[in-house]
Amino acid sequence: MSYVLILGAKGDMAKELARVYAKNGYNLYLAAREASTLEDLKQDIEVRSGVDVELVEFDITAFETHEKFYTSLKKRPLGVIVVAGFMCEQKVAQNDWSKTLQTINVNYTGALSILNIVANDFEKERHGFIVGISSVAGDRGRKTNYIYGSAKAGFSAYLSGLRNRLYESGVSVLTVKPGFVNTKMTESLDLPKNLTAQPEDVAEDIFKAQQRGRNIIYTKSIWMFIMLIIKHIPEFIFKKMSI
Amino acid sequence: MSLLSWGMFPNIQNKIFTLRDEKSLSSYIKETDEFIPYGNGRSYGDSALNDNIIYAKPYNNFLSFDDKKGILHAQAGVLLSEILEAFVSRGWFLKVTPGTKLITLGGAIASDVHGKNHHVEGCFSECVEEFTIMGVDGKIKSCKRGDELFLATCGGMGLTGVILSAKISLKKINSKNINQTTIKTKNLKETFEAFENNKEKPYSVAWIDCLAKDKDIGKCLLMVGDFADDGNLEYKSKKKLTIPFNFPSFALNTLSVKAFNYLYYAKAKDGISKQKVDIDTFFYPLDAIGDWNKIYGSGGFTQYQFILPKEQSYKGLKEILTKISASGKGSFLAVLKLYGKENKNYLSFPLEGYSLALDFKIERGLFELLDALDEVVIRHGGRIYLTKDVRVSKETFEKGYPQIEKFRAYRKEHKMDKKLNSLQSKRVQI
Repeated sequence: MSYVLILGAKGDMAKELARVYAKNGYNLYLAAREASTLEDLKQDIEVRSGVDVELVEFDITAFETHEKFYTSLKKRPLGVIVVAGFMCEQKVAQNDWSKTLQTINVNYTGALSILNIVANDFEKERHGFIVGISSVAGDRGRKTNYIYGSAKAGFSAYLSGLRNRLYESGVSVLTVKPGFVNTKMTESLDLPKNLTAQPEDVAEDIFKAQQRGRNIIYTKSIWMFIMLIIKHIPEFIFKKMSI
Repeated sequence: MSLLSWGMFPNIQNKIFTLRDEKSLSSYIKETDEFIPYGNGRSYGDSALNDNIIYAKPYNNFLSFDDKKGILHAQAGVLLSEILEAFVSRGWFLKVTPGTKLITLGGAIASDVHGKNHHVEGCFSECVEEFTIMGVDGKIKSCKRGDELFLATCGGMGLTGVILSAKISLKKINSKNINQTTIKTKNLKETFEAFENNKEKPYSVAWIDCLAKDKDIGKCLLMVGDFADDGNLEYKSKKKLTIPFNFPSFALNTLSVKAFNYLYYAKAKDGISKQKVDIDTFFYPLDAIGDWNKIYGSGGFTQYQFILPKEQSYKGLKEILTKISASGKGSFLAVLKLYGKENKNYLSFPLEGYSLALDFKIERGLFELLDALDEVVIRHGGRIYLTKDVRVSKETFEKGYPQIEKFRAYRKEHKMDKKLNSLQSKRVQI
């Protein structure tokens, strides 16, 4: 069976994605920094699903290593999912250039670096799927989260163009825009229950959307309506708002 | 974000610690004055609620599986549904499962849950080989069958520590299907006879019409079954419907209850009918509707579940069903079941006899009705199920559980009584 490559496999969402793909029979490459810390997850998935799980060392901000990383995978993956993400508080990012740079490098530059390589390969093979985890924060810049949001906006635009380019080669590209997700990253935040998704539900949503060849999904789906409204607030009003 | 129980009552605020690793749990336990573990929030009342909650569901790795002996080793946050997803297709099933698969392994042990085969296989603890648990000193202990910690923890409502992992034995099956026979009865006498006549069947449960009056009291649909032998093991959890918001409370009036009951009656028109149904339909009918608890409205609901010793069951049940029927507080769901022998665990619910479980919307006058039912239960030597309870008094609880003093002494001896508490444990002073 084919392999799916999960980039940034350490978080809760990646863990659930790995479980969902394994449950449906896919072998996995789990790529992350200090990949050996994922031994427990590898064991978990092997007991649950009996698929093959390979841990591979990967640093999304070490752009120069990406070509070698990809070509040394023992078998070409059928699909690639970019889950890697970095978010810090807006206040921290706007006062610390290194944090801003890290936000851009993880969420945008690094994702492009590896996906350029993947896309060229998939285009040549005329086969494969790409999933990018972007964010609702990329739909409109807000004062509370615009540095992270602008990196995700760039990533969403990239995925849109990539989808357009790869359409003819039969390679699908899915943009995922999660709203609030109950993960370790958001543990300290007081999130509204009805708008907050569980990572296992997000993973199921992504798997289904990818299998159906969808283009863009929001998860929970109610975020599509919320963002539709937010996007349509006129700028002269929006600039005065605090949301 | 606060965590509520399945009954959405009481609606309280709490602080959540998410269990991800043993080290941070150990420090949390040492630093925190009082707390209670919480799994997937499927206990109905206040048994997993307090100001500080240890949310254990994310602690959910599978650790190993011995496919010769059928023994699974997993962390306590694993859901039973995940075990089924992993193992039904390989020909394994849970030895004991309750009516929902959406509970954690740790929760199953803490409530010592039981299912439709209690009269044959007993409680969940029967399939637990051993487990690890973190005590109030922040240290991990392993526990085997026969240890006092085992007797106190299985059914101990999370009051002896935080269960971390367990080894459980699974049972071999040759099909994902169950051959089910549905038997219609006219009254309580017939219902009891039907249970007795089907005692050798591995799975049985009855749906009772709680609105029936007079001579019809106790009329039911008894469903018995056993796994088929057709070799079909293709299993995937069904897509679930979801109820997106709390229903307005008037949605659950007598009419809707009657309509619901009517549907169940249409199923066995000729007295007895046979069906082949799959695991989800047979064991977990309500799991097909996600968040069905919202149907009771935002005020919440509770489930009243009691058990009476066999020789007292007929008299006691008749009295209770008469009281419920007269109260007009109809229950959406009423489940009757014949149980097998009691086990030795200090606080496990089952004993040999009949248990009835019914849902009630939280409303004025309800607790008075339930107090009156308690009196009948105690008079007939029965007890109330803590996993469902949100309001039972200390006196009623104590009368039902003769081993409570052993449990209290054990908690005191190991200094659990100050740190490990739920709202329920404080109410009934466990």
